[in-house]
Amino acid sequence: MVDQIRHMCVGINQILEQIHGFSRRCLFRVISMGPLPIHLAKKQDLEDGSGHKAGFSALMSMLQYCYELGIKYVTVYAFSIDNFRRKPEEVRSLMDLMLEKIKSLLDKESIVHEYGIHVYFIGNLALLSDQVRAAAEEVMQATAENSRVGLLVCVAYNSTDEIVQAVKKSCVTKLDRDMETIQLVDIEENMQMSVAPDPDILIRSSGETRLSNFLLWQTGSSQLFSPDALWPEIGLRHLVWAILNFQKSHSYFEKKKKKQM
Amino acid sequence: MEVVPSSQLYYTVCLLSLHNHHNFLINQFHKRMISLRVPAPSSFNLQRLNSQALERRWRLGRDCFLSFSPSCVENRIGLGVRSTKSEMAPFTAAEEETLPEGLQPELMPKHVAVIMDGNGRWAKIQGLQPWDGHRAGVEALREIVELCGKWGIQVLTVFAFSTDNWIRPKIEIDFLLSLFERTLKSELETLAKNNVRISIIGDSSKLPKSLLEVINEVEEVTKNNTRLQLIVAVGYSGKYDVLQACRGIAQRVKDGEIDVEEIDEGLIEQELETNVTEFPYPDLLIRTSGELRVSNFLLWQLAYTELFFAQELWPDFGRNGFVEALMSFQQRQRRFGGRKS
Repeated sequence: MVDQIRHMCVGINQILEQIHGFSRRCLFRVISMGPLPIHLAKKQDLEDGSGHKAGFSALMSMLQYCYELGIKYVTVYAFSIDNFRRKPEEVRSLMDLMLEKIKSLLDKESIVHEYGIHVYFIGNLALLSDQVRAAAEEVMQATAENSRVGLLVCVAYNSTDEIVQAVKKSCVTKLDRDMETIQLVDIEENMQMSVAPDPDILIRSSGETRLSNFLLWQTGSSQLFSPDALWPEIGLRHLVWAILNFQKSHSYFEKKKKKQM
Repeated sequence: MEVVPSSQLYYTVCLLSLHNHHNFLINQFHKRMISLRVPAPSSFNLQRLNSQALERRWRLGRDCFLSFSPSCVENRIGLGVRSTKSEMAPFTAAEEETLPEGLQPELMPKHVAVIMDGNGRWAKIQGLQPWDGHRAGVEALREIVELCGKWGIQVLTVFAFSTDNWIRPKIEIDFLLSLFERTLKSELETLAKNNVRISIIGDSSKLPKSLLEVINEVEEVTKNNTRLQLIVAVGYSGKYDVLQACRGIAQRVKDGEIDVEEIDEGLIEQELETNVTEFPYPDLLIRTSGELRVSNFLLWQLAYTELFFAQELWPDFGRNGFVEALMSFQQRQRRFGGRKS
C-alpha cells in the first residue's frame, strides 16, 4: 500500500514536471555530493559503519527518484583522494562497503538493470586496492552496452588531480607541435568526465557551502544547492526543490546563453 | 509503476494549477527568498528588507525615476547632487579599526574573492542606465577595499570583467573599460599612499592600448606595497587560466626543462595567473545578487574555498553584507577532506 502511494506520488511529480513545460529535458544532469555522515552516526550513537550504510541507501533512493524524473546523468562523489587521510580503519571499512556495493550492482535485480544505467567509475583508480578496482572495471564493462541513463561514480577523485592528468595528456599529444595550438577542447576531451555533459545542478548536503575539489572544471555554470540536511536524511523534497529553483533561473540563463551564440 | 486512474488525474490537474500559482508567487518573491540554506520546502522566509541602501551616498546629477519595487522605496535615492565621495579616505596603521563585534581576528580569511554581480539589475531597479550601476559598483568596491585594508585581509580578488561579458553591448563595454581606466588613474595616488598593491589578471589581448599602459604603470608603481594586494580580474576566465598554465607547462616540457611525469598540482599552481600572490587560494568567495553559481571564476583556486552567496545586489552590499559574510565564514568547519576529531 505504502509502495503504491509512493509510486503515485512519483507519478504525480512526473506529470507536474512535464506539464510545466520548462526546458529541463534530456541533458539535464544532477550531481549529488554526499559528505560522509559522521554527524548522524554520532548523533544517533551508531557505529560509523551504519552511517555510511544509511548513506548508501539514501543514495539508492535518490538515484531512483532522479531516473524516474527523467534526469539523464547523475554523478556522485563517493570518495575523495583527500579522504585517504582519514583513520585507516574508517578508510578500510569504506573500501569494504564499496566493494560489497559495487559487486551488488552486478546482480540481476539491481537498479542498474532496472533503469539501464551505464556506470562509469571516475578517478585515479590506481590508488584503490586491486579488488575494488577489478570490481569497478567489471561493472563498467558489464554496463557498457546500456545507454539510457548514466551514473558516474567518483572514487579516489580530486578535480585538481583530474585536471593535472588532462594537462599531462594534452602535453604529450601536442609535444611535437606548437604549444599555442593547445586549446580548451584539447584539455576537455582528455578529462575523465567528458563522457557526460556539464552538470546543471550541484547538490551538496550537510549545509556546507564549498566545492571541496569536486568537478571544479565542470561546474562553472552549474546551479549550486546546499540543503542543511545530512546525506542520509536527503529525500525527494530536496531534489524537487533544487529542480524547481533550477527551472526558475534556467529561463533567464538560457536567454543569456542565446545572446552569446 | 501504476497507471494513474482518471479521477486521480483530475485531482492532479487541480494540484497542477495550484502548483503553477505557487510558482508564480515564488517568482514574485524571487528577490527576497533565501535560496541557498533552504529549510523544508513547505515554508520559505521573507528575507529582511535591504536596509543598507539607505546608507548609499550615491546621488546622480539628474532625475531618477523611482520604480514601484518595494526595495527601491527603501533606497530613497535623492536628486540633483553629485557624489562627493570621489576619493578613498586615506587610512593609516594608526587608524586600524577594531573588528566589529562577533568577528575574531585569528579567524579572518587571508584571501577573499568577490564576484561583483548585480550592477545592471541595481540600475534597472533604480530606473537608471547600466553604466550608473557600474559607477555605484565602483563606490561599493572602494568601501570593501578600505575594510579589507583595515581588518587585516591580505589579498582581495575581484571579478571585474569576465570573458563571457564580451557579448554585452559595445557601448557598455567601452564604458566599463574607460571607467576602469579612469578609476585606476585617479586612485593610483591614494592606493600607493595606503600601501596597496594592485595586480591585474586575465586575458589582456582584447583590452585597448591606453588601458594596458595604465595597468602597467599602476602595477609597476605599487609592486612593492605590502598591506593589501588587490587583484582585479579583467577578461578573466578560470578555464582560460588553466589553459594558459597548460601551455606554459607544455612549452617547458618541449624545452626540456621538465619531464611530463613531473607535472603535478604544484607546477600548475606556479603557472596560474594567481601566482602574483603568496596566497593564491581564496578562503572565502562572496557572490552578490543571489545567483548561485561560480560562473567560471577562479576555477582551480576554489577547490576548498568557502562560498557565500549574498542576496543583495553589489552596489548595496557594503559593510553590513561584508560583515555577515565574514561571520558566516568564521563559523564554518573547514576539514579539507579529513574528519573533525
